[in-house]
Amino acid sequence: MANTYTAIATVTATTSVASLAFTSIPATYTDLLLKISTRSTYSANFSRARLQINSLTTGYNNRLVYGQGTTTSSASSTDYITFFYSTGSTATASTFANTEIYLPNYTSANAKSASSDSVTENNATEAFLALAAGLQTSTAAISSLTITDANAGDFVQYSTATLYGIKNS
Amino acid sequence: MPITYEPIATTTLGSNTASVTFSTIPGTYTDLVLVSFPKRTNQSDAAIFAYPNSDTTGNLASNTAVYGDGTSASSNQRSNSNGVRIGVIGLGEAGTQIAQFMNYANTNVFKTVLSRENRAEEYTFGVVNLWRNTNAITSLLIQVSNASDFASGSTFTLYGIKAA
Repeated sequence: MANTYTAIATVTATTSVASLAFTSIPATYTDLLLKISTRSTYSANFSRARLQINSLTTGYNNRLVYGQGTTTSSASSTDYITFFYSTGSTATASTFANTEIYLPNYTSANAKSASSDSVTENNATEAFLALAAGLQTSTAAISSLTITDANAGDFVQYSTATLYGIKNS
Repeated sequence: MPITYEPIATTTLGSNTASVTFSTIPGTYTDLVLVSFPKRTNQSDAAIFAYPNSDTTGNLASNTAVYGDGTSASSNQRSNSNGVRIGVIGLGEAGTQIAQFMNYANTNVFKTVLSRENRAEEYTFGVVNLWRNTNAITSLLIQVSNASDFASGSTFTLYGIKAA
């Protein structure tokens, strides 16, 4: 039986870093899955993070729905394929956000889409649960992924991202 | 390390098609995951439903959804529906749809289905479904809610997950 779920690479911050990136992603899988654990230096209980494909800066669309302990809301943007939450520097110490992003058919000649689920935690008010849909209209295969903080914070030491390849046969 | 995540079947449509069926699903896994990348041939915005064991008349499904359109968040609930909601589809680019069928072969429990439905130009949904039947799921019939076709190029892959 085929092994369909393979770890391609893991990036771990050994000090605060501006981005977590994967390059030269092989085209040998059907889908990609990112599992991300991040905490930001941004001075708040949370920060938004974002995922860029192939260093593209246009052609994106996304929708986000979230709750943060008291209310629910929704947001959108056209700057990146998906955005999610990172624990901020004032949240409970040693607490990291967790995010999963699924990117199907990443080598196809169609537009690329993403589904992401993200949570932060904080032993106080204001922790987030967020679901997001993403789109990038480029028909090029995804060969690189870059995660950055939308509020210009850095990702602290021990932030990690692991990229998995999934085969459908 | 045991292999716990296996592809059962995959379909890429070569022409416009009214439905997709996964039949003879083995009962050897714990959970199923259906990853869909569906396109549509006409109209806008409709839900995609899966009919376990091709049950299109039993009214055994219910679901609760939370969703956002980029401006506001909302929630809805539907009871005594025929299908298990697993996706959203519209004109324009395809979105990622992921549905997890928990304990699908366990004949002691009703079945829970969690779905993430995405159409980035309009909505994102998180949905929990219940199918009130203890029968093992051995097939899945997948259709658009208002009977329009899936467009050529749509893909559907069913994975099996083993607990051990």
